[in-house]
Amino acid sequence: MARLDNESPDSLLLQMGPSHPAMHGTIRIRLELDGERILRSDVEVGYLHRGFEKTCENRTYFNLLIYTDRLNYVSPLINNVGYALTLEKLMGLQVPERAQFIRVLMSELSRISDHLTCLAAMAMECGAFTVFLYNMKAREFIWDVIEATTGARMTTSYIRVGGVRADLHPDYPSAVRKAVGETRKVLKDVHGLLDKNKIFLDRTRDIAVMTPENAIAFGWTGPCLRSTGVAYDVRKAFPYLVYDRLSFDIPVGDRGDNFDRYMVRMREMEQSLRIVEQCLGSLPATPATRMADDLEPAEAILAARTKRPRGGIRLSPNLEGSEKAVYRDILAGDHRSIVPPKEETYASIEGLISHFQFFMKGHGLRPPRGEVYSSVEGGNGELGFYLVSDGSDRPYRLHLRAPCFHVVAALEELIRGRLIADVIPTFGSMNMIGGELDR
Amino acid sequence: MEEKKTLGELRKRFGGNILEASAPFGDETAVIRKDALLQIAEFLRNPPFAFTMLLDLTCVDYPGRPDRFEMVYHLFSLARSERIRVKLALPEGAAVASLTGLWKNADWLEREAFDMFGVRFEGHPDLRRLFMDEGFDGHPLRKDYPLRKRQPRIPPRT
Repeated sequence: MARLDNESPDSLLLQMGPSHPAMHGTIRIRLELDGERILRSDVEVGYLHRGFEKTCENRTYFNLLIYTDRLNYVSPLINNVGYALTLEKLMGLQVPERAQFIRVLMSELSRISDHLTCLAAMAMECGAFTVFLYNMKAREFIWDVIEATTGARMTTSYIRVGGVRADLHPDYPSAVRKAVGETRKVLKDVHGLLDKNKIFLDRTRDIAVMTPENAIAFGWTGPCLRSTGVAYDVRKAFPYLVYDRLSFDIPVGDRGDNFDRYMVRMREMEQSLRIVEQCLGSLPATPATRMADDLEPAEAILAARTKRPRGGIRLSPNLEGSEKAVYRDILAGDHRSIVPPKEETYASIEGLISHFQFFMKGHGLRPPRGEVYSSVEGGNGELGFYLVSDGSDRPYRLHLRAPCFHVVAALEELIRGRLIADVIPTFGSMNMIGGELDR
Repeated sequence: MEEKKTLGELRKRFGGNILEASAPFGDETAVIRKDALLQIAEFLRNPPFAFTMLLDLTCVDYPGRPDRFEMVYHLFSLARSERIRVKLALPEGAAVASLTGLWKNADWLEREAFDMFGVRFEGHPDLRRLFMDEGFDGHPLRKDYPLRKRQPRIPPRT
């Protein structure tokens, strides 16, 4: 990549971005043009740099979880899973099976919402506004499930070290089935709208073609790598959680152009829906009785001033804190690594002490000295965390391997010699996420 | 044991240039001498090991050590589905060989390391900041860079 200060007198220098109406994400591309043809370009990133890695070095292992939500903000749950798995690898924590299934379920829902968003934006920038609306509609149904489970639509912080924050909502199977059904309908519609659409094909077919060798040399992973025909998926190559027990295929493309990147994402969503349905079959429903209907938390605290309350505390298994009864299923048994149940914190001095011990400075999660690298299959590809621990309560260094960093690094090469109009679908099919790339 | 093979082979071939070979937490790690980076990287990239993908490249700052920086490379072999971590120590002010000739994404990754830590890469075609502005003073991921330090906004260039 060359600097563009010595452009020839015949060429035109054009600034595209950092806030361009037809490009989602803040990125600046400086183009040296001959007419409409791109002679050279310079891709400038960093407009969304928030110092994620520096911040993490100054936060405790528990507190920095919320910052991982803001990496790839379209699929925050996968980032949570990636971080939790890294720390669990370092600490040797065992996660209960139910929690693993919940994690997989949530990861796949996030992956679908990630792909839906990417394709929605890509199609809209090519002029297909209907696709954008349809995809957003499907995403709403998925986010309904995510919201009912985690309490938030985007910044979920739901996956915790050792398990998950809370059990699924008692009504989740019907909500998930509805989301799956609606998404299937939308996918069918989108296939009908785009697959043979002349305008869409003209702008994506055989444009910005990536060869498998080049993709590997650039460190591409995820749907972009698979669109070139390389069937590498972290879920298959290094199975984590319960992915080895679920059946799903790895869709691959054959040309590695913009259209293949679209198609691979579409077909991957179908596979994710399959996984979601399998999780639904393997997960026993949350018993409604888990919603204890005795005392409000405030009443329980009042009552505990005189004697230990005998009944349960009305905490939903979701938003206000799990009950002790579900902890067995959703969090690791190691008491020093998880937040103690709220009933104990509110109602007994021992529970209160262990609560303070978890959150006090210098206590809480303290993994052993060492360094680990662990990765999950994110929406964009291999999402890796490299963690160096010096034995204290905060990481010495936390580095994120952002999948779209490597993908966008190849943008300059892909658009060289092409027209300005080709930048839009090429960039759209890469799914650049500023929060993840710039960190 | 496939895993042991890579490290064993590295030891056999490069002897004194491999300072340490171990697999903590299941991650195969080789600590190498700085000057041997290029030949070891090239050896690993080519068959039979075929670590064709540079997964990640980063740096860790240890201000107390005589060799302040530690470069960390993660390589991945698609054919053998295997990862390896290569580390080397680097004194402050010294330069390390650039891997841009072997892997294309090393370009941006090394620019990031230069930006965040001030590590210089010998042979990099265009070493400049990646995330921060060109007028930025200092390297933010160094341990001695204060967390809340503010810098004046750069006036627009004309």
